[in-house]
Amino acid sequence: MDLRVDLPGLHLKNPVIPASGCFGYGREFAELYDLSLLGGIAIKSATPKERIGNPVPRIAETPGGMLNAIGLQNHGVDYIVEKELPWLAQFDTEIIANVAGATEEDYVEVIRKMNSSPVVKAYELNISCPNVKHGGIGLGTDPILAAQVTRMAKDVSDKPVYVKLTPNVTNIVEIAKAVEAAGADGLVMINTLLGMRIDLKTAKPVLANTTGGLSGPAVKPVAVRMIYQTAKAVNIPIIGVGGIMSAEDVLEFLYAGASAVEVGSANFHDPYICPKIIEDLPRVLEKYGYQSVKEATGRSLL
Amino acid sequence: MRNDAALIIEQIMIAPDIMRMELETDIAADTSCGQFIQILVPGYFLRRPISVSQIRDSSHLSLIYRITGDGTRVLAQMKEGEKLDVFGPLGHGFPVVDDDIVLIGGGVGIPPLIETAKRHIMSGHHVTAVLGFASDSQIFAKEELESLNAEVIIATMDGSCGVKGTVMDAIQAYGIGNNKTVMACGPLGMLRAVSAYFEHGYVSLEERMACGIGACMGCVAMTPEGDTLRVCKDGPVFEIGKVVL
Repeated sequence: MDLRVDLPGLHLKNPVIPASGCFGYGREFAELYDLSLLGGIAIKSATPKERIGNPVPRIAETPGGMLNAIGLQNHGVDYIVEKELPWLAQFDTEIIANVAGATEEDYVEVIRKMNSSPVVKAYELNISCPNVKHGGIGLGTDPILAAQVTRMAKDVSDKPVYVKLTPNVTNIVEIAKAVEAAGADGLVMINTLLGMRIDLKTAKPVLANTTGGLSGPAVKPVAVRMIYQTAKAVNIPIIGVGGIMSAEDVLEFLYAGASAVEVGSANFHDPYICPKIIEDLPRVLEKYGYQSVKEATGRSLL
Repeated sequence: MRNDAALIIEQIMIAPDIMRMELETDIAADTSCGQFIQILVPGYFLRRPISVSQIRDSSHLSLIYRITGDGTRVLAQMKEGEKLDVFGPLGHGFPVVDDDIVLIGGGVGIPPLIETAKRHIMSGHHVTAVLGFASDSQIFAKEELESLNAEVIIATMDGSCGVKGTVMDAIQAYGIGNNKTVMACGPLGMLRAVSAYFEHGYVSLEERMACGIGACMGCVAMTPEGDTLRVCKDGPVFEIGKVVL
């Protein structure tokens, strides 16, 4: 069974990548299994300066998933380049650096500082965060702004740039086409869906941040639908993400048009879930008559 | 730290909505006092972090937890002979110090103190356990601690048993000095009062968690310097003064 996937900048031995924010920089999971088993790792978002994140509670469970409002807590790009990336060099897996910011210039600054690292094979732009220069709206909700930050990132980047799309839009295909035209090398979709829970005793939001991002199996059909619609409209590869819990889920994402997948909050449900999916994937592909991951990609689009 | 299918040996209600569950699992061999495990309740997405109340031997753990919502209600209905998906041991627990200690527990904060009492009594130290409850009918763990030879002092808010008021009222009533080493777990207000009174000791924090291993940054506490620590990985037990309560 051929699990390999070749994408811009990424030579994946298998299509399974832990998603950004759910895996830190891999240190905790490295105590559980060999990270070289993974196709790649999308490391936690980097911003130009350290971010403390949101007040707690940051986590709330939901039917079939969870809400989070961590607030992009990280030590800042300099610390990550100095301390985290060299440690990751020991593993035979492809590192995707997730880049976030409050302004377009933040993305440029993070990319400039990470370009020199041979560990990072590609960037993933998190364009779901509120933008301070544009009245707090997410760059990912406006095709012009999404294209602009993509172009600025591409101009300074030495590595392929993937854009991680937010599902909190009316027409995700329009955003996808805009970032493709701006030079994106690939798409990662979808980020979390904006949600909220209220405590019945206090009548107050469960999350200190009021709202948070919904992830887990609850969002999987939304992700599959958006990938399916987008894959028909663009010619750049898609890394699918949203509620994947099993090798069967991976196949469904491949069918919809994903070339590889990221596994997010499922890592909290079962910390060994990524190696389990990788181990089970050949059986599932064979069961449905495929000899490779590539064969299954986009099957539903034919 | 490992994943295991633990066998439920026994599960009983020891006070209203307070369950004690005895598990057979190899995780017990690596567990120390004040650590916790993550339990996957069938049908729920996130694991429940539950502190270990006693390490019976190298293959048996005892847990005491409160039914606080739908997940723990399902957990409470599981029967002996059923298997439970557990992951652990997790976090940094209470230290075993070479001294007599005062344990202070409020309600469902009491369980991790039981093994902590046992470890100190086994090494020849006197343990005073001050336990706070809403009322007489809510009391649990008293006999368990007394059978380990801990001195147990009860405080109830309504005065139906022991000292009327909080654990701090009981500490005053019994003249317990602030120079003792304290180890505490319970509501935030209680931990604040304990930290303000005692000169040195440790507090165990509770927070909503996702991964339980320090990766997701879902449960954080602030240091006085403004840095963040992870309750699940750097804690849940912190030295008094190391985190802002």
